[in-house]
Formats: sequence, C-alpha cells, structure tokens
Amino acid sequence: LVPPPRLRELIRTIRTARTQAEEREMIQKECAAIRSSFREEDNTYRCRNVAKLLYMHMLGYPAHFGQLECLKLIASQKFTDKRIGYLGAMLLLDERQDVHLLMTNCIKNDLNHSTQYVQGLALCTLGCMGSSEMCRDLAGEVEKLLKTSNSYLRKKAALCAVHVIRKVPELMEMFLPATKNLLSEKNHGVLHTSVVLLTEMCERSPDMLSHFRKLVPQLVRILKNLIMSGYSPEHDVSGISDPFLQVRILRLLRILGRSDDDSSEAMNDILAQVATNTETSKNVGNAILYETVLTIMDIKSESGLRVLAINILGRFLLNNDKNIRYVALTSLLKTVQTDHNAVQRHRSTIVDCLKDLDVSIKRRAMELSFALVNGNNIRGMMKELLYFLDSCDPEFKADCASGVFLAAEKYAPSKRWHIDTIMRVLTTAGSYVRDDSVPNLIQLITNSVEMHAYTVQRLYKALLDDISQQPLVQVSSWCIGEYGDLLVSGQCEEEEPIQVTEDEVLDVLEGLLVSNLSTPVTRGYALTAIMKLSTRFSSVNRIKKVVSIYGSSIDVELQQRAVEYNALFKKYDHMRPALLERMPIMEKTATNGPTEIVQTNGETEPSVLDTKHPPPVTQPANQVRGVIISKYAGLHLCNLYIGIPPMTAYNKNGLKIEFTFERANPNPNIAVITIHASNSTEADMTDFVFQAAVPKTFQLQLLSPSSNVVPALNQGTVTQVIRVLNPQKQQLRMRIKLTYTHKGSPVQDLAEVNNFPPQSWQ
Amino acid sequence: MMRFLLLFSRQGRLRLQKWFTPTPEREKKKIIRDMTTMVLARKPRSCNFLHWRDLKIVYKRYASLYFCLALEDQDNELLALEILHRYVELLDKYFGNVCELDIIFNFEKAYFILDEFLMGGEIQETSKQIVNRSIEASDMLQEDDNSDWYEVELFG
Repeated sequence: LVPPPRLRELIRTIRTARTQAEEREMIQKECAAIRSSFREEDNTYRCRNVAKLLYMHMLGYPAHFGQLECLKLIASQKFTDKRIGYLGAMLLLDERQDVHLLMTNCIKNDLNHSTQYVQGLALCTLGCMGSSEMCRDLAGEVEKLLKTSNSYLRKKAALCAVHVIRKVPELMEMFLPATKNLLSEKNHGVLHTSVVLLTEMCERSPDMLSHFRKLVPQLVRILKNLIMSGYSPEHDVSGISDPFLQVRILRLLRILGRSDDDSSEAMNDILAQVATNTETSKNVGNAILYETVLTIMDIKSESGLRVLAINILGRFLLNNDKNIRYVALTSLLKTVQTDHNAVQRHRSTIVDCLKDLDVSIKRRAMELSFALVNGNNIRGMMKELLYFLDSCDPEFKADCASGVFLAAEKYAPSKRWHIDTIMRVLTTAGSYVRDDSVPNLIQLITNSVEMHAYTVQRLYKALLDDISQQPLVQVSSWCIGEYGDLLVSGQCEEEEPIQVTEDEVLDVLEGLLVSNLSTPVTRGYALTAIMKLSTRFSSVNRIKKVVSIYGSSIDVELQQRAVEYNALFKKYDHMRPALLERMPIMEKTATNGPTEIVQTNGETEPSVLDTKHPPPVTQPANQVRGVIISKYAGLHLCNLYIGIPPMTAYNKNGLKIEFTFERANPNPNIAVITIHASNSTEADMTDFVFQAAVPKTFQLQLLSPSSNVVPALNQGTVTQVIRVLNPQKQQLRMRIKLTYTHKGSPVQDLAEVNNFPPQSWQ
Repeated sequence: MMRFLLLFSRQGRLRLQKWFTPTPEREKKKIIRDMTTMVLARKPRSCNFLHWRDLKIVYKRYASLYFCLALEDQDNELLALEILHRYVELLDKYFGNVCELDIIFNFEKAYFILDEFLMGGEIQETSKQIVNRSIEASDMLQEDDNSDWYEVELFG
C-alpha cells in the first residue's frame, strides 16, 4: 500500500491550488484519507497524519476528529509522536471539552519521564492549557519539579506553577516552600521564571506580599550585578545584559515597594542608578528605562527620584522613535493626577504631539492635554485644542468636542469666551458632538443671562451659513425660540447688532422644517421654536398658519406637537403666554453616579391639554412643562477630566471591577464610589455579589446593586454605590469579596484594593 | 502576561497562532480577523502599538510576515518589541536566513522553538544559546526514534 503523503508534500500540493474551491477539494480529499487511516488505527503514520491535520487547521478547516489521535500520540513511546501529539493537543484541545482530561495521566507519566525533553513537553503543555482539574491533579508533580536542580526543568516548572496558581488560586500555598532558594540560582532562565512566579504570588495575596518583601535586598543585588557585570555573550542585547530579566525584576520591585516605605527606600539607589546609567540609543535600553520610570512612580520614592522619572518621560517625548513618544504619553497620562505640576512642565512638548502624524500618538496627546488644562492655561490650551479639533480625523472629533465642553465649563475665564468656544465647536465639529451635548449647552446658555442677545445673534448667523449640523441647528432653534425678541430688536452689546426682521427669522425656522437635511428631532425643535415666538413676535397669524399646516404632517411627532399647539391657540389662548414664557435658570443636581441634569426643552405636557381635565389655572407654568433627564455619556472621559481618575480595583479571570469617584459631595469626609463590574468571558456571571470591608476607622455603606448578572463579553456592567466615611482622613484601603456562578460552578475571590488615588481620601 | 501571538502574511494568511488563554474557536477566528484587518490597515511609519479592547497590541513587520503580540495592561510594550525580535533571531539561527516559506513548510518547528522561548504567556528562557541547544537536542532525539531511547546530557 502506498504510504500517505508527507507533510511537506501536502503543503506543496495545497499551495498549487489556484482557487479557494480547488484548495477546499484537495483538503477534503486528504481529510477523508486521514480519517480512514485513523479508523484503521495505523500507528506508523499517525504522527504524519496529525501534522498534516494541524496544517489544514491553520488554514481554517475543521480538525476536531484529530483530537483523540493527539492523545494516542502523546501516549506513544516515540519522541517524534509525543512532540506532534502535544503540539496538537495545544492547538486542537481546550478545557471546554472533556476529552482533554484524558491527557492528565499521560502528562503525569511524562512529568516523571527519564528524558528531560519529554518532561519539558509535558510541563509546557500543562503550563499552556491545563484546565483547573488537571492543575489540581498534577500540582504535586509540578511542585516536585520546582525543587529539582535541573535548571532546564526548574524554569519550566516555575512557569507551570504560575499557570496552576492562575487557574486554581487556592493551590498557591503549596508552592511557597519551593520558592525558598529560587533567587539563589545562577541560571537566568530559572531566575526570570522565578521572578514571574514570585510576582504572581505577590499580586494575588497580601500575605505573600508581606512575606516576600524580605527579598528586596536580594533582588536589588541581582539587578546591580546585571548592570555592573561586563559583557556576557549569552545574555547580551545591544550592550545590555539580559534586559528581559532586568525588566521583570523592576516590575517585582514595583509591587514590593508599593505602599511600603522601607522597601521603597531599599530600592531607591538602584533605581536612580538604572535611571541615570542605562544606554538610551536603542529600544532595549529605553524598555528598561520605561519600566524603571513606572516603578519609581508607583512606589514611595523620594521627590528627587520622581522628578528624575518625569524628566526621563519628558526626554522620551522628544525622541525620534515614535514608539518611545507613545509610551511616554501613556505613562504621563497615568501620572498626571499625582504629579500634576511636574507633568505641567512638559506641557508644550505634549501639545506639540497633537500635530504628530501618528494616530495613536495624537490620541494620547489629546487625552493628556485635556488632563493638563487648568485655570491658568485655559486660553492657550483651548486655542491648541480647537485647532486640533478643526484638523483631526473624524475618529477623534467626538471625544475632543466633549473634552472641550468639559474643560470650558470648568475653567472658562468669562461667559463670552465660553459661548464663543461652544460656538466654535458646534460650527467646526457640529456633526460629531454627542447627543447629550445639546441639552447641556441649552442649560449653559439659559444660565448665562447677560449673554442671551449675543448668543442668539451668533447662533442665528451660524444657521444662515450652514443647516447641516444637527446639534448646532437644534441649539440654534431653541435659542431663537427663546430669545428671538432680543434678536429682532437688535440688543446685542458684545458685537455689532444685526438687522433682521421677524419674517426673516420665521423664514429660517420654516426652512429647517422643510429641509431634507433636518432630522425629525431637529424639526421638533424648529416647530416648538416657531410656536414660542408667537408670544415674542407680532406675526402671530403667520405662526398660526404654520402650526396648522403641520397638524397633518406625516411625521407623528411633528403632527402631535402641531395639534397641541393648535389647541393652545384655539382653546387655551389665555394660557399661552404663561406656558411659553422665558425659561428660568436651571439647576444641576448631583446624585450618585454621573451628574444628572434636570432640564426642560420647552415642550408642553400632552396630558395637560386633555380636554376632559382642564388644568387648574393656579398651577405654576413650569410644572406643566415636560422634563427630560440626560446623563453625561463617556463615563471615563468625564471622571478623568473632573479630577479623580477611575481605577481598576480588580481584574482577574475575565471579571473586571472599576471604581469611579464623585467629586462634588457636600461632606468632604464621605467618598462616594461607584463600582462597575464587567465580564469579558463568554459566559454570564450570575448570582454576582460584591462585598467590601474597610479598616476600623472607616464606615461603609453599600447601596443596592443594579443587578446580579454580569453579562458575558462586556455587554453590560453591574454598578453599585459605596459610601465611605473617613473622618480621620486615613489612607483608604478596602478588602473586597466577590462571589458569582460561572458556567455552573461557584467562584469566590478575595482581593485587597490598595491603589486608591490620593484625592479620593485626602 | 501575553495573551496571544499571531504571525500572518501581507495578504492576511495565518502562519502561526499561539493562544495563552483558553479561547473558543469562533472567538479565535474573530480575533484573527480583527488583528489582520487592524494591523494591515496601519500606515507604514506608524508606531508599533495599538489599543484593542482592554489589550495592548504590539506588532512588527519582518520581511513579508507580520508578528502580532497581545499584552495586558501591566506588560512593557517596548520590551515586547524585543521579544518579537528575539523570536525572529531564534528562527533565523535555526533555519539560516529565515523567510516566510521556512515557516510555512516547517510550521511545527516554529512552534517548537516558540515553546522553548515562551510559555504560559511569559518568557521562559532569556538565553539564545540555551534555546538553540534545546531544540537541537530535541531534534536529535527525534532522529534516534528509529533506534532505542538513550539518555541525553543535560545542558546547564
């Protein structure tokens, strides 16, 4: 019988296919042959056939019928078989299928094999894809290998242990004894993986963290040796000795030094040494500097060291290498809240990055620029940001516009400047502003009483130029409806008042009603504006005519409004002036969660005009108006610019919990925190319960959660509000307990949250 | 930890896929589509970093192949470029002036080399020589399959 084609023969053949159909045909033929070969239990060519199957799998074709064959290969005595078998297992099997458990025994045997390369295959496979059950069964074997003197196996066992801990966190304790002398190893592979293991343990358990703090001197020594040692051919990368190990040590030092004064002090010198001596001409040196900066910023370092770090970032910003500029902006964004003044010194360089050609850099520069805006630099910064808004790609415009509005609201040096800025955004990026900008702007304009005439004039002129940008048109319509009388009487003081008649104004508004460019919402605004002008203009008859025409509009919204306004003219004319009078100043109400704005848009409540129940005349006019509540979109953007950055409190196994903070609360001793839980796995997390505990000097109040189900694939979040009373202004710490059910199994986890930004409790 | 490593050609054909967390087949296909689309759309002199979902994507082009690595928030992007470079060096040493065809026809070797360099989303060995020696020794073991097993000397 003819032996089946070799792997490379098959690859060559498939590559000659000229069409997708031809390829599919070849593959189907080969798969059929392979399937019968599997059925015949052919041992000789099983390896070859599985290898071919793996190739076809990479091309996108189904290969699940090869899963059991991989297991047979793993169980074979031949190394070639095992190599392909384990590879196949890693590519074709996963923990969702029960089949994978059949591997456990083979792996166990191979972990004890006399040949280290077989042991290596088993460790690698377990460490890459071992399920929780497999990890539980085999943890003991891994622990044994973690203590071997064979460095080839020891390094693999260390990473395997990391995987076991990630899958089954409760098993972490059993690896503790074996970590005792891991750092005394000379072998860099073992050192590196040991540092990874120690890092994983410290990140998961505060007890482990305290326990391993004593390793700081040893880590510092190892790092020092790496820096001071001469050229080592085995580990050299462009003149730097083992940069991978250096970076990993720096990262572990960061975790150990965080919130601990003694540890931070012990590492101060080495950090300064690395920061000043590392060669920066190549990427590898900058990678180490970058990690050093992150560590300096995160531990309790002296202010001199912090300034050194920020200056390194400042130099990065001027580097020719885009990657380094990008990384600098990202890091500065992380530190801008805590080291605001230091970052401010680099403001002009950051603003220059707005003009960078690279999209990723521009985005970072924009975010950082907004974070740097304050009362002193608002005029200059806004000039740059508006210029950026004019010329940036559409993908930026929405976020940039929102940022400009927020910054303007906080720091506007004058009302006129504020309105001019808004006008500029609406006219240049009007189609990109978020929907909720419209009610927010309306509120702002209403409250800027002395600017009404100026505002309505400018908005009217903008409408004459361009009626395509809906948010602009909506705000303008609303304004004209409110302040049209100021427009025609030419009361503007800020600039030369324009001459415009009532008819011209009504022409413009009616033009909006008929234009194809206007959305239904915009038409609603226009009609209401026209109606309001009936108490401000004298051309009431014209208005009556327009309103009656739209009483038979196809658009139901428009029709309803027109019918009600008609009724207002015919039956409730005595109420019309009161209903349509000038809007009062609106108040912002702060509640838990993003700021809510209660406002009206001058709509009349339909039920009020119900003929069966005429409303009592004594009812104050603003109670019969409709109420629209809107929230700020863009939670993170909003909170970042308000001043306290959101933080990730927990992020494990697909469950991510972020904390956002409220700034405006009357009692400065109360921190109001909202937790947002999201789930990136593909199954829902049900029966989700979040519990929190704080140290004794604090008091905690947990309000009800929004729901108990965290939907899969980030399709929604569960939110819950925590109020923390902190009368002694102590550093906020929290222990959280999470319980939920995931794919039928109960999950529980405890974590400490120690990375609260200082503004949340100071 | 690293989440996945993908190698694909300029036409978007996948040459290697290493997943460091369990991912359903459908999700893998979607991620591959997203990555190839995003990376191939980048302008020539852009920076090598992208943001995608909650991950940092680091990519670099070597000849006709794109190497694409997904990192978590804590991971160092600049070092990731060194990781990609190291993998290319290892392939180059093994195949001698490696090109895309080598990886197409010997994909299983590319995986074996990767599995001596990285494991579980972390770096396993920082010495080029040790990785090379391990692969050579394993290859020799394969050749010995036709004869009996014998112990191979441990390397330092």
